[in-house]
Amino acid sequence: MPRIKVEVDGVTYEDDVEPRLLLVHYLRDRLGKVGTPIGCDTTNCGACTVLMDGLSVKSCSVLAVQADGRAITTIEGLGIDGQLHPMQQAFHEEHALQCGYCTPGMIMASLDLLRENADPSEDEIREGLEGNLCRCTGYQNIVRAVRRAADDMRGAAKEVTS
Amino acid sequence: MIPAEFSYVRPSTVDEAVAALSGAGEDAKVLAGGQSLMPLLRLRLALPEVLVDLDRVDEMREIRDEGDNVFIGAMATHYNVIRDPLVPALVAKTTATVADPAVRHRGTFGGSLAHADPAGDLPAVMLALDATMVARSPRGSRDIPAADFFVDYLTSALEPDELLVGVRVPKLGDDWGFHYEKFHRTAQSWAVVGVAAAVQRSNGTVGAARIGLTNMGPYPIRASAVESAASGGPASADAFRSAAEAAAEATDPPSDLNGSADYRRHLARVLTARALTAAATV
Repeated sequence: MPRIKVEVDGVTYEDDVEPRLLLVHYLRDRLGKVGTPIGCDTTNCGACTVLMDGLSVKSCSVLAVQADGRAITTIEGLGIDGQLHPMQQAFHEEHALQCGYCTPGMIMASLDLLRENADPSEDEIREGLEGNLCRCTGYQNIVRAVRRAADDMRGAAKEVTS
Repeated sequence: MIPAEFSYVRPSTVDEAVAALSGAGEDAKVLAGGQSLMPLLRLRLALPEVLVDLDRVDEMREIRDEGDNVFIGAMATHYNVIRDPLVPALVAKTTATVADPAVRHRGTFGGSLAHADPAGDLPAVMLALDATMVARSPRGSRDIPAADFFVDYLTSALEPDELLVGVRVPKLGDDWGFHYEKFHRTAQSWAVVGVAAAVQRSNGTVGAARIGLTNMGPYPIRASAVESAASGGPASADAFRSAAEAAAEATDPPSDLNGSADYRRHLARVLTARALTAAATV
């Protein structure tokens, strides 16, 4: 059985894993990181999106063994000292969720979007989140939340640099 | 859903990958980005005994200038293909329409070609650009023209022990314009029909046109009749509409939940006219 060493939300884990173990099952069943849900199981819905070395991936479509030597960030790694990440806060403020099932993936995909485009237009947000499905909200409030987070995060970045 | 058991090999060079594949027998499968293969494994529609994972074969990710051609390594991700200025415009534009950002981070150029899905976008582009697939096996290197590479539904010309290492894509001059027109039901879904067009323009006239059709048969199809009809004619929307009437000739589109064969033939005509017009006006 291959042995992997992977950093998840800032903590390094070493584990023996079956090659067929999916990253999402490793995160949930082995590490207890149940903040990352399994939605469709067919690479469509994006609910299981995490960051691997900073880039969004659907963790149902990556083997745990492929995460060997990589750094994974899940929704559980975003908040610091009980404080919500600005993206989480913006989803809360703008009421960008109803049932909440898509929310972890939606937030991780939104962070990936802002990594490349710190000030996206509404169309760019919709395009950037095309791989994440929400069956409740109609997306309006999600788009609003990402706009708000983009403003908040750029504001925070300015405060740090000035 | 959990894939069936398989054994796993992770080579770090092309030579190691070729050796691993040829040693693994007929029931081996190559894992590139996994964005098509992983769902098949989970649904147990694919049951390989051995998976040869190319994720760490860094030499296969290279994109380089080779004079008249650009060589795109099979393991270049869609994400990298879109962002590399060396990549020919039609390839980059089409790749930007593949799936969604998370899938493009993992999915690879070579994987989407070797998978030979008739609804995949890149095979039609390779066909339209007369690209050459470069395969490696224990017997050495083999060049396969795109026209011979896509054999049937999910079937390429690769032998079981052959590895697609990259593709030579010919460069076209500044007088060529490009467009990929894709019709799909939702943002990230497969093309119901797609049309890749390259048009050479000079003073309002079409010098040459090349057209590849996605999902109009079990493999990508060149719309030769439209190419002939458009070449030498005016580069106008009306002329393209009339040339595109022949777009469904010699095609064999499927009927499925996304559309009937007749509907696809209609789409081929409409989308070909749009693709040619957009390619010519860039």
